Amino acid sequence: MPSEKKLMRGSNVVGEAAVRAGCRFYAGYPITPQNELPEYLSARMPEVGGAFIQGESEIASINMVLGAAATGVRAMTSSSSPGVALKQEGISYMAGQELPAVVINMMRGGPGLGNIAPSGADYYQATRGGGNGDYRTPVLAPAGCQELADLTFTAFDIADKYRTPVMILGDGLMGQVMEPVIFPDPIDIKSLPPKDWALTGCKGRKPKAIFSMLLDLNALYNHNLHLQEKYDEITAKELRWDTAMTEDAELLVVAYGTPSRIAESAIEELRAEGIKAGLFRPITLWPFPTIPLRKLAAKIGKVGVFEFSMGQMLDDVIMAVGERAEIYFYGVPGGIIPTPSDVARFLKSSIKGDGKVGRRIEA
Amino acid sequence: MSAEAAFKKIFGRPESLKENYTHYCPGCGHSIAHRLVAECLDELGLRENTIGVPPVGCAVLAYNYFNFDMIEAPHGRALAVATGIKRTNPDKFVLTYQGDGDLAAIGTAETIHAANRGEKISAIFINNAIYGMTGGQMAPTTLLGQEATTAPGGRDSSLHGNPIDISAMIAVSNGVVYVERCSLASLKQIRQAKKAIKKCFQVQLDKLGFGLVELLSPCPTNWKLSPKEAWAWVNEVMVKVYPLGVIKDTTGYEDKK
Repeated sequence: MPSEKKLMRGSNVVGEAAVRAGCRFYAGYPITPQNELPEYLSARMPEVGGAFIQGESEIASINMVLGAAATGVRAMTSSSSPGVALKQEGISYMAGQELPAVVINMMRGGPGLGNIAPSGADYYQATRGGGNGDYRTPVLAPAGCQELADLTFTAFDIADKYRTPVMILGDGLMGQVMEPVIFPDPIDIKSLPPKDWALTGCKGRKPKAIFSMLLDLNALYNHNLHLQEKYDEITAKELRWDTAMTEDAELLVVAYGTPSRIAESAIEELRAEGIKAGLFRPITLWPFPTIPLRKLAAKIGKVGVFEFSMGQMLDDVIMAVGERAEIYFYGVPGGIIPTPSDVARFLKSSIKGDGKVGRRIEA
Repeated sequence: MSAEAAFKKIFGRPESLKENYTHYCPGCGHSIAHRLVAECLDELGLRENTIGVPPVGCAVLAYNYFNFDMIEAPHGRALAVATGIKRTNPDKFVLTYQGDGDLAAIGTAETIHAANRGEKISAIFINNAIYGMTGGQMAPTTLLGQEATTAPGGRDSSLHGNPIDISAMIAVSNGVVYVERCSLASLKQIRQAKKAIKKCFQVQLDKLGFGLVELLSPCPTNWKLSPKEAWAWVNEVMVKVYPLGVIKDTTGYEDKK
């Protein structure tokens, strides 16, 4: 059944997309600003024979997902910043045990309890791995409701293909905003590749165990090398980014998620005045599109980084660009949403190099 | 008369146990508990349909000994992991095997809420009143006055709190159908423990709700006692704080005592 265009709230979009992508288990603990997602799935999951549980905590919820995932079921949890901090233990275990799952973070202001306004301050937590050990979590950053739907499918596919937890990093605004969406058709779960590693009871075969404890030194060493090979493959094959209006640009704006939407409007404001800026929008935050950004930044010569944090993605931009271009930074912490005009002023200031809005970064 | 007719095998390794040396210390209760669990699974024909969740603690390597599918849970999260398994696979037999630190300290919330939801899961709870794997630190179940490496001079309620009776705590929930406490320190009690485990498994098969069997288990190494003295300590000291017997039974089974 092809989907017609529907007007839906971002959190609900993720819920519906997850069900259509074959997710049949969800566990989560209420936290603003993403409560609509568990609410939606509490009603929707039973309709498709799936299971919904409101866990007693984020810790319990992620571990319920771990258990469901171990049996081969597509499983998901969601939360917002402080709740995702609690899930890091489970994410690390799933990385070590090579279990696929999707984790949604609709970021809010921090640190600590912070506030419930949109934020981008969990970029480090998401892309560097908030849990223990040498692991990576693929992170997808949608920039609107349609992409929330599409990338939810992508997230489950990457999770299954590479047997890894995958994070979708949105923010409080994206979870709340309503936009028209055309959903991809529901997948036929039976058509998914078989998971021969899953625990199903040992009838007709030898028992299997899924674990991450490898006391033997060589075993853990080799396991980590294996994980790294997988992360290298993900980096080679799963990089995603988008560009807009870069051909004639004298400044390249780098922004992801909600800030990229504001940046796009700012760029249009500037273009109306004859000032040419273009947009580079990372869609995978890990792996970060380092080389594509490097090439484009070197060509354009000036880069303006805008994010809802005091400079987290900035680190990845600096590593990509280095001294190949001038880098300017405009960061907004916890909850204040700048207008397109605010961002336009930053971009103008960056082009002039006058340092009036934002600051110059010495790479 | 053929040899086959003359000799009948009357004792052997349960199929639910792998042929493997365990890492458990001499006199430890885990080996006995493993065997009882394995015998019950065999007798109920459950091995091939079982997914087990071991703890973090001394039994973390239980998948090396149990001969059925298992998944490691983070410390204390076994019953959350088991919940995810059971809710997506209601036809599978799901059990957790957890120590006192796992089930009654770091995993207290997961234990209470899985029990309270009435998850159709069977929990085997090994209470040895000490942290074994890490070398003798205080457990939530450590008795008052009992020596532990983090309770020098013995557990003092004003400093370290009191021994927790989690089995009695969960028993008040309507989701909990069956809770029994047995010991692994006498032949009679070991036989009783097997009966309790089997009944607990039946509770899950009959989809009645949550079942738990607590097993008071000797830890000679960390109690600094001989295996024989450790049995005596269970029978003379530990049972006074953790009395043996059925704590809750709303199964309605005929064999109820």
